[in-house]
Amino acid sequence: MAASLYGPDEAQPALWVYLEHEEGVLERVSLELLSKSRALADAAGWRVAGLLLGHAVDPLVEQAFAWGADEVWVADHPLLEPFRVETHTAVAFQAILQGRPSVFLCGATPNGRDLAGRLAVRLRTGLTADCTDLRLDLEQGGVLIGEVTGFGGGIVALITMPRHRPQMATVRPGVFPLSSPQPGRTGVVIPLEVNLRPEELRTRVVERVVGRGVDLTQAPVLVVGGRGIHGRFDLLQELAALLGGEVGATRPPVDEGLIGRERQVGQTGVVCRPKVAIVCGASGAFQFVVGIQNAGTVIAVNTDPEAPIFEFADYGVVGDALQVIPALIEALRAERVAV
Amino acid sequence: MESFGISRDGHEWHFVVCMKVVPKPEEVRVDPETRRLDRAGARSEINPPDMNALEMALQLKDRFGGRVSIVSMGPPFFEPYLRVGLAMGADHIYLLSDRKFGGADTLATTYTLARGIQKLGPVDLVFCGEESSDGATGQVPPGLAEWLDFHQITLVTQVELDPLRRVVRGRRERPGGYEILEVPLPAVISVKTGCNEPRFMDYRLKPWAFAPERVTVWSAADLQVDEAFVGVAGSPTQVSGLAQAPSRERKRIRLEGSPEEVARLLAERLREIM
Repeated sequence: MAASLYGPDEAQPALWVYLEHEEGVLERVSLELLSKSRALADAAGWRVAGLLLGHAVDPLVEQAFAWGADEVWVADHPLLEPFRVETHTAVAFQAILQGRPSVFLCGATPNGRDLAGRLAVRLRTGLTADCTDLRLDLEQGGVLIGEVTGFGGGIVALITMPRHRPQMATVRPGVFPLSSPQPGRTGVVIPLEVNLRPEELRTRVVERVVGRGVDLTQAPVLVVGGRGIHGRFDLLQELAALLGGEVGATRPPVDEGLIGRERQVGQTGVVCRPKVAIVCGASGAFQFVVGIQNAGTVIAVNTDPEAPIFEFADYGVVGDALQVIPALIEALRAERVAV
Repeated sequence: MESFGISRDGHEWHFVVCMKVVPKPEEVRVDPETRRLDRAGARSEINPPDMNALEMALQLKDRFGGRVSIVSMGPPFFEPYLRVGLAMGADHIYLLSDRKFGGADTLATTYTLARGIQKLGPVDLVFCGEESSDGATGQVPPGLAEWLDFHQITLVTQVELDPLRRVVRGRRERPGGYEILEVPLPAVISVKTGCNEPRFMDYRLKPWAFAPERVTVWSAADLQVDEAFVGVAGSPTQVSGLAQAPSRERKRIRLEGSPEEVARLLAERLREIM
C-alpha cells in the first residue's frame, strides 16, 4: 500500500478545521466543525487549530478562538481572495506539511469539497466524505472514525484510515450543532508564509456574484414535498409561510425540475434539524429520511398506509396531501383570526 | 469550410467524459433481515449526473468537431449501458476493468481514471458528473484533476471554449450565487446535475454503437499502473464496522378522520410543539 506523505508516528495530536469565510464572516459550517472538534479535543487532550486563508482576515481570528480554536494558522495574501482551488490547495498543502495534523476537516460545501478532493490526492491520503458523525478512537492512537450513511436503512458504515495522515473528512452543513462561543477566549496565531506569484496563477475569476441562498439547515419548520404532491409546491409554500418555515423536496420532484436543487433534502441534498418537519407525499426512502432524522417532530401525510415514511414520523396521516394541506392552512388561518 | 474538428493549426478536439453505471436508486431495497442494501434486484443505469456531463461534451463536439471518448472504471457488465452514450453521439468507450481495481475508494478511483485518461494521449477537456447517485460525494473531479495536474472548474452549468487562447470558461454555481472562472486547457469540468437536457439516443446509430470494436477494455497491465495505488491496496480508507444509525424514536401516532378533522388535530399538535 502506498504511504501518505507523513504517517501516524509523525502526526501531531491536533484537529485542524479549514475555515471558510465570505464577506468578513466565518461560514456556519466552519463554526460547527470547530464546535465538534473542541469536544473531541477536550476528551482526547488534543489541540484544535483553524486554517484561515484569505486577505485581511485578522478580524476572523478572534471568531475562531471564541468558537474553540487553540491555534489559528493564518495566510494573509491578496491572491488568496476570493477562494480559488489552485491557490488554497497550494497554501493548505504547505501548512499541513508544516503542522502535520492528525485530522483535517472541511465543510462539504462547493469550495470545501474542491479543496479536500485535491488536497487528499496531493497528500496521498484518504478522504471520508459527508460524515454524519466523527469520533476519535484513542485506544488506537487517535484513529478518526467517520460515520457515513448510504449503506442501508438504519445502518451506518464506520470509515477509518489507520495508516494515513492527515485523516481527512468532510461534513455537511447542519450535521453538527453549534456550541456557545466564548468571547474573549484567545489562542496562538501562527502566520504562514505565502509564496504565490501572480504570473504563475492560471485560474482567472472573471465574474463573481455572492448571495445568500436558501439555507434549509436553519429553518425552524420544513415543509417537504415528494412525488405525491404532483408539483403543488405553491400549497407547501403557503403552509411554510404561515409557520415561518421553508419548503424542501425529495429527489424525484427536483429531478423533474419542479423545484430547485438547493431545496433537496436528504443524503444527496441538505441535512436539516428543524423543530418540525411536515413531509407530504413522500414514501420515505432512506436516502431522504437521513435529511430529517434530526428533526424535533416529524409529521407525515401519505395516501399509502404502508409507506415507510410512517415509521419515521411522530404523527402520521393516511390521506391525500393535496386535501389535507389546504385544510391545515384553513385551520391555521382560522386559529389566527380567533386569537 | 467545415473543419470537422481540425482547427486551423491542425488541432483535433478531444473531449473525455467519465461515466459510471449505478443501480437505480428507487429499485435498491433494504434487506429487512440484514438491513444492508440489496442491489441484486435493482436494474442499473448510467449515473444520471454523468448524462449531463456527456451532453455538455456532445454540444461542444457539435460546435467545434473533434471526438468524445467515454472512460469508465468498472466490471464488464457496464458495457451495454455505456454504449447508450455512443448512440447519443460519443465516439469510443474505454472501459478500465480489472479485478485489481475492485474496492477502490476516492484516491484509488481517481488514480485509475487518471491513468486511463493519460493513455488516451492528448485531451482538451475531461467532463465528470457532479457526483454519483450511489456515492454522492463529488470528490472524484478534483481528485482526478490533481492526479492529471489539470486545472478544474466544478459545478458548471455553462461552458465556453476559446480555441485561440486555448482556455475554457465555466459558470460555477454556488449557493445563492455563481462565479465565472477561466482556466487554461486541458481542464477537468464537473457538470452541475440537471443543467441541460441529455439528448435521446439516435436509434439509427444503435447497430454502430453495439459493434464490438467501439469498446476498448484496458486492464491494470495495459495501464501500467502502480499496483500500490489501485483497488483495495490503493485505498487508505476502509470500512471498519457497521453500526445502527442513532435514530430518534418516533411516536408513530396515526391521526384519522376527514381532511378537515386531521387538519384540526395537526393544528393542535403544531401549537403544542411551537
